Amino acid sequence: MEVSRHWRLQKQRYELVGETCDSCGVKLFPPRDVCLECEAPAQELYTFTGLGEVFSYTTIYDAPAGFEHNAPYQVALIKLEEGPIVTAQLTDMALDEAYIGMPVEMVTRKLRTDGEEGMIVYGYKFRPICFEPVVN
Amino acid sequence: MDVSIIGVGQTEVKEMWETSIRHLSWYAIEAALDDAHVSKVDALFVGNMLAGELSQQNHLGALVADFAGMRGIEAVTVEAADASGGAALRQAVLAVKSGMVKTALAVGVEKMTDQTGASVTRALATGLDTDYEMMQGLTTAGMGALIMRRYMYEHGVELADFAGFSVNAHANGADNPLAMFRNRLRAESFISAPLVADPVSLFDMAPLADGAAAVIVTSKERAMDMVPQPVEIVGSAIATDAFALHDRRDLLWLKAAELSAQKAMAQAGVVHDDIDLFELHDSFTIMAALSLEATGFAERGKGWQMARDGEIARNGRLPISTFGGLKARGNPGGATGMYQIVEVVRQLRGQAGACQIADAKIGMAQNIGGSGGTAVTHILQIRD
Ligand SMILES: [Zn+2]
Repeated sequence: MEVSRHWRLQKQRYELVGETCDSCGVKLFPPRDVCLECEAPAQELYTFTGLGEVFSYTTIYDAPAGFEHNAPYQVALIKLEEGPIVTAQLTDMALDEAYIGMPVEMVTRKLRTDGEEGMIVYGYKFRPICFEPVVN
Repeated sequence: MDVSIIGVGQTEVKEMWETSIRHLSWYAIEAALDDAHVSKVDALFVGNMLAGELSQQNHLGALVADFAGMRGIEAVTVEAADASGGAALRQAVLAVKSGMVKTALAVGVEKMTDQTGASVTRALATGLDTDYEMMQGLTTAGMGALIMRRYMYEHGVELADFAGFSVNAHANGADNPLAMFRNRLRAESFISAPLVADPVSLFDMAPLADGAAAVIVTSKERAMDMVPQPVEIVGSAIATDAFALHDRRDLLWLKAAELSAQKAMAQAGVVHDDIDLFELHDSFTIMAALSLEATGFAERGKGWQMARDGEIARNGRLPISTFGGLKARGNPGGATGMYQIVEVVRQLRGQAGACQIADAKIGMAQNIGGSGGTAVTHILQIRD
């Protein structure tokens, strides 16, 4: 895929930047410019916290071109704490660990190596949240 | 102006390395022209999803018109992922209904086997959101799996509860000489099949294949003078929904399928009990269940029970996938929707052979694109 396409998407890929709707306040990811709740313009940028939980997940064994070397890998629907659902890979965990409702957080990882030039594409994935004991 | 079908044609569904897109199209068109006893049409709509991606060939409207000896006519390609076939027929119906086209030909064609494995898997995923789904490694099977897992979780359903859809499809495909798979399937093998995208297995998803199917339509009045058994298109509707799975208001509801079915049924003036058979989009068993629910044949969360209870069998309350469906007849992408129409026509004319549903008068076909972003519903009726 083209370099310009990856460049265009870097704010979403690296920082999970979406939008807020001025009219109804709903948060949107991916950004879409027209609010899907109230159809008003939504162009104010909003950076998501990256916290959420697994809404559904699958382990992909039959991978598309560009991902063959990663298989098997897991793709999930992550429900972000602000409301929207995002499609993303799970990482830093074993294949049998995922469950619906699992708390996860966003991290930046290598998504795939693109084309013959071998351009490496980075982006968001989600990993389990490790709860550290709170020390006062 | 009402619109009727005067001719249908189809090729076998399988891997045909020796046959090109243009030849596949022509075989189906030739059969449809013979069936309608006509030698020319005024417009051609080609339903196709992947020729640009897999065969480096676009501009199929002019290509197929030229190859079929129809140089000069109006011709374009219609693309709506795996709903391209149904969408192409919809354009043909609109053309005739407008009065600007007398006779229109719709052909669905797909050539899956010019490339293999990972390339085809990636090409199919272009029907999903490339920036936000495909770039995360999601595939169409993965899409089905994400829905299926959540469905099982919310409705307390086991994997084995979906087996009835595949068992039924294979039982019907076994009697269809054009089907890709003609073997019967046991429920026990369903749950132990190799995983493609957990929980979707090889026996859960429809096999990809080459194929072409064609349908010729004209006005109802002309049709009655032209052929002994015209089949009237009494309902025809396309609707859309959220493009990406993650943007759906309800992951477990096919809104476009609901909207297009409601519209088509209102046009036809029919209720559920009037419909004698339903060719639905069983690309995955979960899609069959959701299609039954969205169209109102089953309650939310209970579509799978129709398979468990045998209601979808040829002698059941609502026979589905009567020639094997996508699962056993095979899934030639953008041609799939046209196969559904050809099959409903054969049922209504009483030409379905061993697959025949007794006294079928009204049949419905629903063709779904991507993860549900497009749904096309047609209702066909034969008059005594
Ligand atoms: Zn809004």
